[in-house]
Amino acid sequence: MQDGMADPGLYAFSPYRGRPKIVWPGGKTVAVWVAPNLEYYEIDPPANPQRKSWTRPHPDVVGYSHRDHSNRVSHWRMADAMSRHGFPGSVSLSVALCQHHPEVVDDAAKRGWEFFSHGIYNTRYSYGMDEAQERAVIEDSMATVLAATGQRIRGWLAPALTHTPRTLDLIAEYGLDYTCDLYHDDQVQAVNVKTGRLASIPYSLEVNDHFGFFVYHMSPRAYADTLIRQFERLAREGEASGTVMCIPLHAYLIGQPHRIGPFERALEHIAADGRAWISRAGDIVDAWRAQQ
Amino acid sequence: MSLEPGYLTYPKRRLGYDHDLYRWSALRDRQPVSWPGGKTVAVWICVSLEWFPILPGDTPFRAPGHMVTPYPDYRHYTSRDYGTRIGLYRLLDAFAQAGATVSVATNSTIAERYPAVLADIVAAGHEIVAHSTDMNGTIASGLPIDEERALIATALGTLERVSGKRPAGWLSIARSQSWNTVDLLREAGVSYCCDWVNDELPWRFNNGLINLPLNHELSDREIIATQQHSAESYAEQIGDAFDWLAGEAATRGGRMLPIHVTPYIMGLPYRIDAFETLLTNLAGRAETWFAPGGEIVDAWSAQQ
Repeated sequence: MQDGMADPGLYAFSPYRGRPKIVWPGGKTVAVWVAPNLEYYEIDPPANPQRKSWTRPHPDVVGYSHRDHSNRVSHWRMADAMSRHGFPGSVSLSVALCQHHPEVVDDAAKRGWEFFSHGIYNTRYSYGMDEAQERAVIEDSMATVLAATGQRIRGWLAPALTHTPRTLDLIAEYGLDYTCDLYHDDQVQAVNVKTGRLASIPYSLEVNDHFGFFVYHMSPRAYADTLIRQFERLAREGEASGTVMCIPLHAYLIGQPHRIGPFERALEHIAADGRAWISRAGDIVDAWRAQQ
Repeated sequence: MSLEPGYLTYPKRRLGYDHDLYRWSALRDRQPVSWPGGKTVAVWICVSLEWFPILPGDTPFRAPGHMVTPYPDYRHYTSRDYGTRIGLYRLLDAFAQAGATVSVATNSTIAERYPAVLADIVAAGHEIVAHSTDMNGTIASGLPIDEERALIATALGTLERVSGKRPAGWLSIARSQSWNTVDLLREAGVSYCCDWVNDELPWRFNNGLINLPLNHELSDREIIATQQHSAESYAEQIGDAFDWLAGEAATRGGRMLPIHVTPYIMGLPYRIDAFETLLTNLAGRAETWFAPGGEIVDAWSAQQ
């Protein structure tokens, strides 16, 4: 980005109307990907000068243990629901989860899920890092995921959505293909970077389960209806040019017993519709790239 | 600009947790548990029965539901009292109608001030869980250990004296603990606490204390007071949770549905009907075992 400029110059302005037609495999109109955040939050992290991790003195019992629910109970509940309807995950991974709970990472890998980095921990933020520190986090992410899963990470979602002006340039320099941090579009778009190339894939923050439940205060059934409405609209518009729908999730939210049933019915609806190309982030970016 | 080097070192990055309070365990890998009478879903109702002084304390933090306006806050003081005078009795009637015995997490000041209320709860066969002293009795790191030890001792001692039985369970205000709480509860003879929401069955801390997870996401405070859903939506959500857990229990062993309710929230005239209907529906399900927390802990412990 153009550091210090009013317009950060992240991408070219490109209105929705009159774009070249993107075609998804099999003539599907909307590429649907599910992004489970597999995270580790530390119980007693050091403070970042610009953002506190927990709102309470450590241990923040509810904050910590709510998230721990993912790694003891709800990951498998969420993942089984996805697998039953043919949805692979593209995982936003706190890479230290590979050390703390390799059982969770292995389960995702066995299901054929793709991994991208969501930082080391979701309690360590990028604000204030110098370039060497940021490079260390990227290199750690690549090496950790490779060692744990054999996968080369292709994408990035900044830990707790904390960025620096150089993150996008750096991940492109390291050869990553996509960022999930830009919310300006319903289609894959090119990102301006200093070297190499980078695409933004829609991560659909507005239908993230955290937004649904804790920003918009939706009931579980209302959230499921929201996903269906989002899908129906994007599937219709995708006839003109292929759209992208992401379902960003946290097992400790969507995998709660009052939410998982309605959510599974939304997955069932999308899978049965016939217009969805149910895929992974890297495959969607590749299909888009091949049409540029 | 750069961050302190310590911000990029990870001394607790290792197999298992970044603390030594308890060990990791995935629910799906555990031996299935079974509940008495062949039931598959333990429905644990837990009522929080609280006394809010009109002079709120902020050390270490102000409890949820506490006074809001400048002194004297008649509005919140009396609305909370409404829960104890009226709402609790509506709930007790609803439990009797459904044939449910429950836990009542009680501030010990309630026992001191209103022994008749405590007697009514005990006479109906419900369990008293210790819930601090009053709503100024919050716990977090920073509270001196001697004060925390004294607070726990006062709460347990008072409830024991008034109810005739020392509580086996403990619920912290806002489920908030300090680094010392787990050990202090064990030292005070408590067998289980309800503060950690990371699981759906009981589990044991390394020091021997048991945690019985009281899901805050399913509480009336979260669904009704925070997310502002109707009581009808709340009942639908709890019904959906029950259905899901009953489905899992059919193949994976006993499950537990925690129902955490607050007299001044659920015990209002326009909400209680929906709650009664929910209990009636649950009572009609063949899978349901209504049980207080202590009985669930005992049934679980016997199978470990």
